[in-house]
Amino acid sequence: MTIIPQGARSTWNSLPPVARTAIPAVLLMALAIAGPQLASGPTGWLPITTLVFCAVYALFSMGLNIVVGYAGLLDLGYVAFFLFGAYVAAWLMSDFWYTRSIHILDAAHKVIDPTTHQPVSAQGIHLSFWIVMVVAALVAAIGGVIIGWPTLRLKSDYLALVTLGFGEILPEVFRNADFRTVSNPDALNLTNGTKGIGPLDPIGNGFLRHLTNGVIPKAVTPSDYRAKYYIILIFVVLFVYVSIKLRGGKLGRAWLAIREDELAASLMGVPLMRTKLWSYAIGAAAGGFAGTFYATTVGIVNVDTFIFSFSIIILCAVILGGMGNVWGAIVGGVVITWFNYTGLVWIGEKMNSALGTKVKLKDYEFGFFGMILVLMMLFRPQGLIPAARQKQVQELERQIEQQEVVPT
Amino acid sequence: MTSAVAARGGRLAKLGLVNSVGLVFVGLGIAWLIWNIVDGPRLFARLLVGGLSNGALFALIALGYTMVYGIIELINFAHGDLFMLGAVMGAIMLEQWFGQTKSSPTGWILLAVAMLGAMAFCAAVNVVIERFAYRRLRNAPKLAPLITAVGVSFILQNIGIRINGSAPHSRTSVLPTKEISVGGVGIRVAYIVVIAITVPLLLFMTWLVQKTKIGKAMRATAQDRDAARLMGIDVDKIISFTFALGGALAGAAGMLFVEVNRRTSYDLGFRLGLIAFTAAVLGGVGNLLGAVIGGVFIGVIQALNDGAPHGLGQEWTQTVMFSILILMIIFRPGGLFGKHAQEKV
Repeated sequence: MTIIPQGARSTWNSLPPVARTAIPAVLLMALAIAGPQLASGPTGWLPITTLVFCAVYALFSMGLNIVVGYAGLLDLGYVAFFLFGAYVAAWLMSDFWYTRSIHILDAAHKVIDPTTHQPVSAQGIHLSFWIVMVVAALVAAIGGVIIGWPTLRLKSDYLALVTLGFGEILPEVFRNADFRTVSNPDALNLTNGTKGIGPLDPIGNGFLRHLTNGVIPKAVTPSDYRAKYYIILIFVVLFVYVSIKLRGGKLGRAWLAIREDELAASLMGVPLMRTKLWSYAIGAAAGGFAGTFYATTVGIVNVDTFIFSFSIIILCAVILGGMGNVWGAIVGGVVITWFNYTGLVWIGEKMNSALGTKVKLKDYEFGFFGMILVLMMLFRPQGLIPAARQKQVQELERQIEQQEVVPT
Repeated sequence: MTSAVAARGGRLAKLGLVNSVGLVFVGLGIAWLIWNIVDGPRLFARLLVGGLSNGALFALIALGYTMVYGIIELINFAHGDLFMLGAVMGAIMLEQWFGQTKSSPTGWILLAVAMLGAMAFCAAVNVVIERFAYRRLRNAPKLAPLITAVGVSFILQNIGIRINGSAPHSRTSVLPTKEISVGGVGIRVAYIVVIAITVPLLLFMTWLVQKTKIGKAMRATAQDRDAARLMGIDVDKIISFTFALGGALAGAAGMLFVEVNRRTSYDLGFRLGLIAFTAAVLGGVGNLLGAVIGGVFIGVIQALNDGAPHGLGQEWTQTVMFSILILMIIFRPGGLFGKHAQEKV
């Protein structure tokens, strides 16, 4: 069962609880800050782009952790909220609405006016990324409540199915919401169909530029992944704090009560619908929020990104790390993202050159993620880093079992 | 106490609203059907037959979902992918092993052989899945088997990618391509063949579950697993048998799907599986006859949506199907004919 030697384990357990939380947190933080220094070139074991995606996916999996891990509501269409966030970013931060020209604190590119040869602001709606971020979180939260309101009264397995349905419907609606045809080129176009919307404006540095007298550039250039990484990291840390606070608060305890036994929770006076809706809204807001980061990182929003397997990869991250534990969600998110973007190809190449085989490991991606889900559920349902509460429950169950075995 | 009473009053009031909204949806659906009949009766009849044939396939898949749900209360997400594997294996057997690509009497006989092969293959795969993935989790919290089923679905899709390729693969059919005319309406022979094979299969299934001893054991296990065990029923064996039966039906559906649609792709099962599950929900999950009727109903709606004069067209198929699924689950979770069962406490 245990890999760690008993002595180390007991020393660890004798530490005060604050230290037991603080030490891994500090180590993780140090590792996260050192991340870009560890990064390799684009073909190495950790390209910087992968690192940025690791941070974005950590946000995604923390959001899903609130829904699946804390409240125990299986959401198989979580991708819908990334889609909300990404499209809000696309609508408010690109040239897409080219008939308008709205600029609020933006960092949009300039175009040269053909008649005056002066740089003028680009067409379209361009809002500052920092405003868009908040708007996207709100829109996604509202979307979450709208999806959740009719469905959250369902049994858990039906809920999974309905969320899956929504996760399939929304991309199709966005794909089809370009009604232009050859005969009617002026028809309504909301999403540009399968062509997607882009490029998106960069993240503006805003007042930091004035604070440092222009040392920091006006905006994060699209290729400056290091800056993007640190910006996202700030929000990852922020969200860890929010997650832990929520978990310990009244709402968090109500979520756990519902997760463990819905009937008992309602008898103890937990308002079921309201509590579940909150988990949905907060999880959705996190998803939408992370969706804007995803959109600005990729630079173009395309509906074909937001497919079922995206939801499942995030679910995989939460399951691998440990449902209900924010540290687990982060570690799971980072590990799964690494495998998804770099790891499988990298390991495959190493294996091929070492053994002389010609296996394309990337072709086994689906099976790999499926295997993780199945094996984790069968052999370690509590995840790699189980929630503290889960450990206590297991310890109790073990004790009860021992008592039952002992003959009286 | 007072809050409980108030909540009950609120719930009753909401139910009234929910039912009337549901009726409005049903009314709109019927109006849309009539509109399509009036505007193109010939086309409507033609689409109806195609829809019936597709619906028969959905019914076969839906039965697999419904039986498994009935017996272990698990939405087997992997079932659609099993159907996909059945389609791919059936096509490979018929085309590559038997070398049949044209319509001929030998082809028809070997089609029957390949279909039996696909059925056996899917039954075996389904039993293995149950044995190694689901059995251990039978008493685990409900999320665990659901997540496992999603994982199994991904593994099966990966197998699909390996044997079918990641791009859609066009296949040949041994069924004649010609159409026969019934009252001025052209009907594809393949559709008739599908219906002619499916209906006896469905009748056989009903007989098996309703009249035989093993069927009785299945129903007993579905009702109360522990009581069934006390009565001397080998519950594990019955559950394996149910999975085998569901798998065999999925295999048959897969083979017939290839013969009608002449293509296979690895993600075929995910979409079609969900549509078939919609059919199962429509008929009331756990209700065998309901699944069949639901399947036919869904098949016809899909055909009309894709081809009828006032249909939304193929690019909206999923939206229509999943909207039906969501509306059904919200308004009538017990299915069109079923009563909403009170959850056991």
